[in-house]
This record gives sequence, structure tokens and C-alpha cells, in this order.
Amino acid sequence: MTLDAVLDVVAAGCLIAGALLSLAAGVALVRFPDLLSRMHAAAKPQVLGLLLVLLGCALRLRSGVDITTLVLVGAFQLATAPVAAHMVGRAAYPHDEIRRDLLLTDELAAHLDDVRARRADAPGEPDPASRPA
Amino acid sequence: MTVVAVLVATLLAVAGALTLTRIIRGPSILDRAVATDVLLAVVVAAIATEAAYSRDATALPVLVVLAVLGFVGSVSVARFAARRNVK
Repeated sequence: MTLDAVLDVVAAGCLIAGALLSLAAGVALVRFPDLLSRMHAAAKPQVLGLLLVLLGCALRLRSGVDITTLVLVGAFQLATAPVAAHMVGRAAYPHDEIRRDLLLTDELAAHLDDVRARRADAPGEPDPASRPA
Repeated sequence: MTVVAVLVATLLAVAGALTLTRIIRGPSILDRAVATDVLLAVVVAAIATEAAYSRDATALPVLVVLAVLGFVGSVSVARFAARRNVK
């Protein structure tokens, strides 16, 4: 078996594993009960699955320029996925889409009570908890 | 490699169909934003698989643009949803 054949087999394995993780994200989006658990399921297999597919693609293409482009895509995905997930979660937080009974810990609850108390004091004031995160 | 390409295409097609059902069913705009992000990742994976299958790097710059687009899309929808909730 030559090196090329071995690299092709490894690339095929990476592509299939990445596609399976994408499928897992799709199943989780349909099956999971609320926004935060869906977001958890969407953010992780999405990033890891995409990195595996990009790795498989890089192993097949094997040229410097193409690998640089693929590394750029992967690095960008790694840098932006947490930011996007954080912003979506923060925008969703004090509202009905989240099932609070499913949360193990709620670090924003004290802050939310604080805000509610302040709003009760001065009802005309805009709600600082709902400002764009 | 053809078998692998067909298998990966099938898996990604099923993933995309499931993601589309979540985009259609909602219920909130943020659910749709998250699902759109996943759909975009599935599309990126499909384009990368095509490039790997045909050993043709023509489509790779599209991947960079799609990666940027997914981030800008979900961040702007999140900001829009947060601002709308103030009212």
C-alpha cells in the first residue's frame, strides 16, 4: 500500500465521521426540547464534524495553498462558533423559549431577580437585562 | 472513493433535511438562527466533500465566504431578537 492510498483511506474515514457528526447535529435539532439544548447540540458536532470534513479534504488535496485555505476556514469556525452561540444564548435567556426545569445551574438568575427588583422601583426605566448582548 | 462520496452525500442530505424541519417548525426566531447555522455547516461540509472527491480546489474560496456568512448571520439575528425583546 502506497502512502497515497493510505492518505486516501484516512481522508475517507474523516469525511464519513464528519458527515455522521453533522447528522447527529441534525437529529438533535429535531429531537431536543428547548433552545439551549439544541444550541449545545448544534454548536459542538457542527464544529468538530466540520473540522473532520476539512481534514479529510486537506488529506485528499495535499497542496500547500489548498491546505492554507482549509486551515483558514477551520480557524474561523473555531473562533466564531463560541461567540455566535454565546450571543444567541444571551439573547434568548430571560424568555419563554428556555425550559428552566432543565437547567442544572442558572448563573444569571440572581442578576435577573436584581433587574426585576429595580424595575419594580422605577417602572419607566428600560430593562438592562434585555439590552443587546 | 465513489462509495464514500455517495455515503457522505446521503448522510449530509438527511442532516440537511432534519435541519430544514427545525427551520420550518421554529418556534422562535433564535431556533431558526441556530438551525440556519447548522444548515450552513452542512453545506460547507458538502462543498468540501465535493472538492475532496474530485480533487478540485475551485470551490474552496466559497468555504471561506460561507464561514464568514454563518457568523454574521447568527450574530445579527441574535442582536435583532434581543433588541425586539426590549419593547
